[in-house]
Amino acid sequence: MDLKLKIWRQASPTDKGQFVDYDVLDISPDTSFLEMIDILNDKLVEKGDDPVAFDHDCREGICGMCSMFINGHPHGPEAATTTCQLHMRKFKDGETIVIEPWRAKPFPVIKDLIVDRSAFDLIIQEAGYISVSTGGTPDANAVPIKRENAELAMDAAACIGCGACVAACKNASAMLFVSAKVSQFALLPQGKVEAKKRVKEMVAKMDELGFGNCTNTYACEAECPKEISITNIARMNRQFIGAKLG
Amino acid sequence: MTKIDSKIPEGPIAEKWTRYKEHQKLVNPANKRKIDIIVVGTGLAGGAAAASLGEMGFNVKVFCIQDSPRRAHSIAAQGGINAAKNYPNDGDTIYRLFYDTVKGGDYRGRESNTYRLAEVSNNIIDQCVAQGVPFAREYSGYLANRSFGGALVSRTFYARGQTGQQLLLGAYGALSKEIKRGSVKLYTRREMLDLVVMKDGRARGIVVRNLFTGELERYSAHAVLLATGGYGNVYFLSTNAMTSNGSAAWRAYKRGAYFANPCYVQIHPTCIPVHGEYQSKLTLMSESLRNDGRIWVPKKKEDVEKIRKKEIRPRDIPEEDRDYYLERRYPAFGNLAPRDVSSRAAKERCDAGYGVGPTGLAVFLDLKDAIARLGKDVIKARYGNLIDMYERIVDDNAYETPMMIYPATHYCMGGLWVNYELQSNIPGLFVGGEANFSDHGANRLGASAIMQGLADGYFVLPYTMQNYLADQIGVGPIPTDSSEFDNTVKDVQARIDKLMAVQGKEPVDYFHKKLGHIMWEHVGMARNKAGLEEGIKLIQEVRKEFWSNVRVPGTPKGINIELEKALRVADFLELGELMARDALHREESAGGHFREEYQTPDGEAMRNDKDFMYVAAWEYPGDDKDPILNKEKLEYEAIEVKTRNYKTA
Repeated sequence: MDLKLKIWRQASPTDKGQFVDYDVLDISPDTSFLEMIDILNDKLVEKGDDPVAFDHDCREGICGMCSMFINGHPHGPEAATTTCQLHMRKFKDGETIVIEPWRAKPFPVIKDLIVDRSAFDLIIQEAGYISVSTGGTPDANAVPIKRENAELAMDAAACIGCGACVAACKNASAMLFVSAKVSQFALLPQGKVEAKKRVKEMVAKMDELGFGNCTNTYACEAECPKEISITNIARMNRQFIGAKLG
Repeated sequence: MTKIDSKIPEGPIAEKWTRYKEHQKLVNPANKRKIDIIVVGTGLAGGAAAASLGEMGFNVKVFCIQDSPRRAHSIAAQGGINAAKNYPNDGDTIYRLFYDTVKGGDYRGRESNTYRLAEVSNNIIDQCVAQGVPFAREYSGYLANRSFGGALVSRTFYARGQTGQQLLLGAYGALSKEIKRGSVKLYTRREMLDLVVMKDGRARGIVVRNLFTGELERYSAHAVLLATGGYGNVYFLSTNAMTSNGSAAWRAYKRGAYFANPCYVQIHPTCIPVHGEYQSKLTLMSESLRNDGRIWVPKKKEDVEKIRKKEIRPRDIPEEDRDYYLERRYPAFGNLAPRDVSSRAAKERCDAGYGVGPTGLAVFLDLKDAIARLGKDVIKARYGNLIDMYERIVDDNAYETPMMIYPATHYCMGGLWVNYELQSNIPGLFVGGEANFSDHGANRLGASAIMQGLADGYFVLPYTMQNYLADQIGVGPIPTDSSEFDNTVKDVQARIDKLMAVQGKEPVDYFHKKLGHIMWEHVGMARNKAGLEEGIKLIQEVRKEFWSNVRVPGTPKGINIELEKALRVADFLELGELMARDALHREESAGGHFREEYQTPDGEAMRNDKDFMYVAAWEYPGDDKDPILNKEKLEYEAIEVKTRNYKTA
């Protein structure tokens, strides 16, 4: 298949940036989206041009590194799919595809399609864990955990930290990301000890870093490649109010 | 032989680790603050070690190549993690886990290390549960287990098909806690390009390239831990992540560290088959599928033809015309035969002309019987995410038609040589996780990689590194302006300049793919003398062509992805040759290393214990000389060495 690409090119964080048009020809529908970009890049290198910079690593939908905003959707039009798992058979021959970086103030563009997502690390560093040290822990089966809770915790823990929720949100809110971590631990007995402190500190850090508020548009849930549910946000809000009340 | 000291503690195998800990040297809390440690890599081994060492009070600097420590490729481990908990009451013990791992490794690993791995396996599960890792549970609320290849017990703990992700996020949480506390300093988007070794022979630092600025940066420490993973991307196509590479280990080798058993590479039996020249990576379908999936190919060649031409569907082939070849050849273990055995059996069927799919390089993994027995919902709950992933990639529904799978490069048992303390022959250079060689012998069992990563990181290195550091407390801060640092930076700069200066015609991937083809063809699942000799020649040719015709655009300043790739491929082009040399010298078949000349009449691997029961630790003598072979003799005291048998229990 032949495609027209409109790709955001930006040389540096301070550069203004612009869309540049490229044609890619004779692409197999079985090619993945990133392989299609690889093919374009090989052509650019052969011409001595600067290849398109983009983040990617595992290419199996789990590392959370890939982050393209494709035709108006983070990770493209296919539901529950990261960019690296998107395949060209989902597009039409001759189609124009617009590719941008994540657009959100807390995720500044570094080059082309690469953004800086270290704000997510900072939120986790604030309190996104159970403060247990190595060693001296009780037997793993000492505390039974209701299967239903373990499953809900796993649903939340499946977040890959890609930032699609922030990119999808008109307010650049990180509520889905933060609430997934808060929920995972709130649902487990091990996480309860620090639950109040955790939710207060993570929310405060999220606000400090410039992420916006949640106005319940549900765009984050719709675009999340791991289908993290917005019920996590409701759970976090309950936790947060509970923590504030003491 | 004299050069190798594996430092295995005295005493019965079950007491060695306890004795070591009882007698090792410690550093008092006030002195720990004066000691710097560099950890390269934030996967399970590096992340867990950095967090644990930080908790203990050392100053840790941790480096990762991605934008966040949470993205290390440990995250992609799917199926599970082994431990000898014996929760299902099916007869598991630490000894049995140890025994299965040594046997699975075809008696080519170091017995004492493997025993320690089994010994600490239970602590890992306890640790992870305390961290809030949401392992699968039964309705009782207790932890669930499943089976993996090479074992007759269910000892694998799992978090759906995302076990590695959950364990890594646990370690990432622990690491984040220490970063906040200030004991660990995080450096992202840095790639280690060299190791700094001082005149007294000790490792004291690293040179990294800042992947954003392009600057070469110097970092010093009293000890360096490499946890940089495996070198499977030497094959170009593998299940590894795109940035997974062998350069940190290779640069350590070129600074004097021994590279052990580089030819031991695991080709994983259940991956999505290759479909085109533009393909960038291969995707694993977890081994856990073999719990319920039956592997088969048609018995009749005419059925093979009809399937390839799409005249019939796999489901149309009646039971009696299907060859469940693993169940046929290995009745005791069946579809749960170990990975090396299963991969070779798939290759054997495909080479004999029974392979399915458009290329003939695929076999079926069929969930039909399991769905009939357990219902679709149960199978969906167990493997739903894998089946969805399969559909996204190949556009086929595995509930309705069997999956097509084929072996692919997955894991490196070989790696930098380390002693019992996981210290290389360079004092102060420690190596953990897949990057070292020690625990899995010539083949690794499923669900044991993440076990080893966390064992090394949480429970071994924090002890053994401290033992080394105890006599370093008077050294003081290590300056980064010494002649050793200056010279190392100069070497790295020269390598970069040389690459930029080639200005040839072909992009880096062109050479990487060429190398990958050679490695797969000549140093792949089945090897022979002539093929390996030919392979070495071909690798040398590609290397020559690379250095005269590679094109790296742009400048070394700022982000330059082609330069990053070129540096890695330049190292792969050397490492690939050492793998072939190692495979050529090992005139036996063992685990993942199968030499066609050395097999039984029914096609099973034939070891030569008399001549090859040793670790091949290769030493770098300089560019123009052949690598030097050092041998660490393997002695088995706690286990009887036998021919591996998966036909009977």
